[in-house]
Amino acid sequence: MKEITAVIRPDKLEVVKEALQEIQCNGVTVTEVKGRGRQLGITESYRGRDYKVDLLPKTRLEIIVNDEDVDNVVDTIVKTAQTGDIGDGKIFVAPVEEVIRIRTGERGEKAV
Amino acid sequence: MVEAILNSGDTAWMLTSTALVMLMTLPGVALFYGGLTKKENVLNTIFLSFMAFSITSVIWVVYGYPLSFGTDVMGIIGSPTNILMNGIDVNALAPLAPTIPLLVYVAFQMTFAAITVALVSGAIVERMKFSAWLAFVPLWITLVYLPIAHWVWGGGWLAQLGVLDFAGGTVVHLNAGIAALALVLLLGKRKDIRLLPHNLGYSVIGAALLWFGWFGFNAGSALSAGGLAGSAFLATNTATAAALISWVMMDVIKTGKPTLLGAISGAIAGLVAITPAAGFVTVGGAIVIGFLVSIFCYISISTVKSKFGYDDALDVFGIHGVGGAWGALATGIFAAPFVNSLGTGALYGNPGQIVTQIIGIAVVGVYTLIMTLIIGVVIDKTIGLRVDLKEEVEGLDTHLHEESGYRI
Repeated sequence: MKEITAVIRPDKLEVVKEALQEIQCNGVTVTEVKGRGRQLGITESYRGRDYKVDLLPKTRLEIIVNDEDVDNVVDTIVKTAQTGDIGDGKIFVAPVEEVIRIRTGERGEKAV
Repeated sequence: MVEAILNSGDTAWMLTSTALVMLMTLPGVALFYGGLTKKENVLNTIFLSFMAFSITSVIWVVYGYPLSFGTDVMGIIGSPTNILMNGIDVNALAPLAPTIPLLVYVAFQMTFAAITVALVSGAIVERMKFSAWLAFVPLWITLVYLPIAHWVWGGGWLAQLGVLDFAGGTVVHLNAGIAALALVLLLGKRKDIRLLPHNLGYSVIGAALLWFGWFGFNAGSALSAGGLAGSAFLATNTATAAALISWVMMDVIKTGKPTLLGAISGAIAGLVAITPAAGFVTVGGAIVIGFLVSIFCYISISTVKSKFGYDDALDVFGIHGVGGAWGALATGIFAAPFVNSLGTGALYGNPGQIVTQIIGIAVVGVYTLIMTLIIGVVIDKTIGLRVDLKEEVEGLDTHLHEESGYRI
């Protein structure tokens, strides 16, 4: 079992969600976050003075999947969230030790 | 002189104007400033305007009106009769506007005093103690606004010298701008001095309400519903539009991109500059006054402020101080006697008016600077002007008011 964490553009959330649903990946936890990457944010100018805005709003998706589904989910996110410009975000994949469905107490892959 | 007979048309317009000027402070100034601060300070910023308006309203009817507009005492101050409006008959007419009831005139002038001190709040946001502000408002209204309003409008010595100020270029805007500068010199810089508006939408609504309410401020200052009010109305709108355009132009020249904050800042600058001139100049004069004010304010904010390093948070000095001074000076240049027989400027053969205007600007500026510094030092030594660093960094809303502007 793996946890896929994707930090994407907020405006891409809807298309990513729809695409994930099409491949039967329904469970997702979404948070509004702030962050920055290598370019260190953007510049905005107010009343003639430039300010570096170094933390930009992003959307973070957390998805738990079985090992064989990882590539499919990651590819789907990359395909739908990509614009090719700076600020598209990142995806992290990490192992998950245990999953428990609270309603039934089921454990492991069948609880995913 | 106008015959002292009640005119219901004039009275209706002055009641309307009074309500329009009230709208400029609440919510105009409150929203304009509230949108420009960080989201952790939005409520405190808006609250400053509400307290300014309320405290001034009470002072005004207790002793504010008589001290500024009562019978002149040696050109310095009004006679403190009519405390709590005692002795004023409900049907009495205003000595300075003899076609409307005196109580309507009192209410109209009250809204001017209130917005003046509310304007100052824009400079000191995000770091001044709320208690210090509550002490500052009554002290400043009493010791600074009331005498200056008397000198320029209440028949005091600057009025006797012939200083022209139709709706408050010196009394309101220069006054507020210099007071703001004095307070920020005492308060010092915020830890984070960046101007990153947390919700520009509030500011846009606030600025538009200011523009709308300003018709009561300037056209209402005709104190009657006639040709002069119409002329002031048109001059006000023209200067504002010209200033908006020239600020956007400055944006494009300086940073390459037009900004909405620049546009509304330009509109405010134009409104400020035309204020003393509104009932004296033609629309041609209004265009020049408006077009130039944005250039002066822009340079003051983008260059002078960073050079000297004072933390005038929302540019009260940069817009109201600089714009008010320019407007007062420009009145001495562009005042046309065929618009208003009370004012003749340099362009129409009276260069001496420029000197008179400079005296007005200098007296109001110096008096405000010194008195505001004294008031500020006294508050600093007793209550303390500034919040703790922790409160400043984490935001004033949760620390000073235990509420926050946003639940999401």
